[in-house]
Amino acid sequence: MICARIWILPVRGVNRTIFVFALLVLAALLALLGAVAFGSEPISRQQLIAVFGGGGEPLHRILVLELRAPRALAAFAVGGLLAVAGALMQVLLRNPLADPYVLGLSGGAAVGALGAMFLGLGLLLVPTAAFGGALISALLVFGLAHGTGSWTPTRLLLTGVVVAAGWGALITLMLALSPAERLPGMLYWLMGDLSYARSPWPAVTVLLLACLVLLPAGRTLNVLARGPLQAAALGVAVRPVEWGIYVLASLLTAVAVTTAGSIGFVGLIVPHMLRLVLGNDQRVILPAAALAGGVLLTVADTVARTALAPEQLPVGVITALLGVPTFLFLLHRSRAS
Amino acid sequence: MMQITDLVLDIPGRADGRALTLELAAGQVWGVLGPNGVGKTTLLHTLAGLRTPRSGVVCLADQPLARLSRRKVAQRLAVVFQERQDGFPSTVMETVLIGRHPFLSPWQMEGGDDLARARTALERLDLWPLRDRLLSTLSGGERQRVALAMALTQAPEIWLADEPTNHLDLHHQVSVMQMLRAEADAGRTVCLCLHDLNLAARWCDHLLLLYPDGEACWGPASTMLVPYALEKLYGQPLAVANIDGAPVFVPRV
Repeated sequence: MICARIWILPVRGVNRTIFVFALLVLAALLALLGAVAFGSEPISRQQLIAVFGGGGEPLHRILVLELRAPRALAAFAVGGLLAVAGALMQVLLRNPLADPYVLGLSGGAAVGALGAMFLGLGLLLVPTAAFGGALISALLVFGLAHGTGSWTPTRLLLTGVVVAAGWGALITLMLALSPAERLPGMLYWLMGDLSYARSPWPAVTVLLLACLVLLPAGRTLNVLARGPLQAAALGVAVRPVEWGIYVLASLLTAVAVTTAGSIGFVGLIVPHMLRLVLGNDQRVILPAAALAGGVLLTVADTVARTALAPEQLPVGVITALLGVPTFLFLLHRSRAS
Repeated sequence: MMQITDLVLDIPGRADGRALTLELAAGQVWGVLGPNGVGKTTLLHTLAGLRTPRSGVVCLADQPLARLSRRKVAQRLAVVFQERQDGFPSTVMETVLIGRHPFLSPWQMEGGDDLARARTALERLDLWPLRDRLLSTLSGGERQRVALAMALTQAPEIWLADEPTNHLDLHHQVSVMQMLRAEADAGRTVCLCLHDLNLAARWCDHLLLLYPDGEACWGPASTMLVPYALEKLYGQPLAVANIDGAPVFVPRV
């Protein structure tokens, strides 16, 4: 009886939802396997099985277990974090154009990270500085938007956009003043670069915890998407929920930016693509975004490492090059039907 | 059902109006009448606990609204808003099911009972054939009926509806007013903001008149539907006719 209650999904066909999720899980596995198999030294299926079974050649063991697998997991987690944070921001601001960076978080993180590089601090300090910058930016926007107490999504959005513009000016200033030999590293950070990812576990842990927290909150978010008054009339404690979303989305973005620099596009496009296919039930969209964002960034990072090897391309370029045509195709198809 | 004691609405930039003390009892249909901008919507939002009054108390079955959680309030009271925000695309069925939100725990999905309620509400408002349509493809009147169906799915003890007949054609106006009347006859309380005097005269048994100068008067409809009081309310001379036992007011030019 309880099972029957839980599994009657009233939205747009249970079968379609299950099918899309099965597809996403499969894609996730393939993307992660591809990411460990492809590279400057390709690794065959038999060798992969041997390595995961505890054997294999020492070179392969190092390549897979110490270099490629952590980076693939980091890419997956960062993609998932950005997509979930984007979906949350879109609900919070009730604006389909919002992304995780719209409130200036990536700007704050970039000023922190570039500042550390500019001052010639060690590479280990760059993520710390980025995380600090992101948190300072989030607190700044929170405080300024709160102001006299009246608070609306528009006010938050405007505050965020203006703060982001301020960070943008600081970033340009630092780039202009930096010695030439430090510029490539800075530019790569700005376009997103997973080679800074030391350990995937912080990002993976935060993503899993966020999904656990968000799943039961999905229906509340659906109600909130219909406006604060309607949500309050349906029993949602609007203000605490809104601040909760803000804090959570900021934290997810800060962890993502700290792990991989500011990778654009994932947070904006992944939730939209999923809404075109799955409708707008956050209980479905949020876990789907975690998977789809992860797949997109893992594939993009694999392409970035291998397309022009041994040169590495900025992964943000690849996410855009992969995402733009896919998105336009889905949009075109949804209009046609 | 709902007790209002010494209530003064908080309308920014306006002096305190007459304090309201009245009870909306089970089985009653209240109509709130007054010219544009007099505070009808503000009153409705205050009664729903969505705005804090300047002073006074609104009680839901003897408990002050401010002390109840939003969820507890939503389990007993539904609001039909005049304006709605539909930022993201969603279907009629999804929208109406949202009315079950106050009754479901976080991990619970909508079950067969909720779907049955939604279906009954959609059928009651002639919306069942439109259940899979996106809201954005509906006409204004159809969207208005979706909002009413959502409130019906919420199965409230108290209805607070802001201009529930907005955008509706005559046939649906009658059918919606009949539905609200039936809700009251089934022991619920209904409170409506209306701008159509004749709908109020035909369907409401109690009226609250809000005057632009902050004055207010209220009571059974029969004592409130006096041409002098209504002409003062709208600043408009009126002619009265009697059709099917209900007074009908026509503006005189």
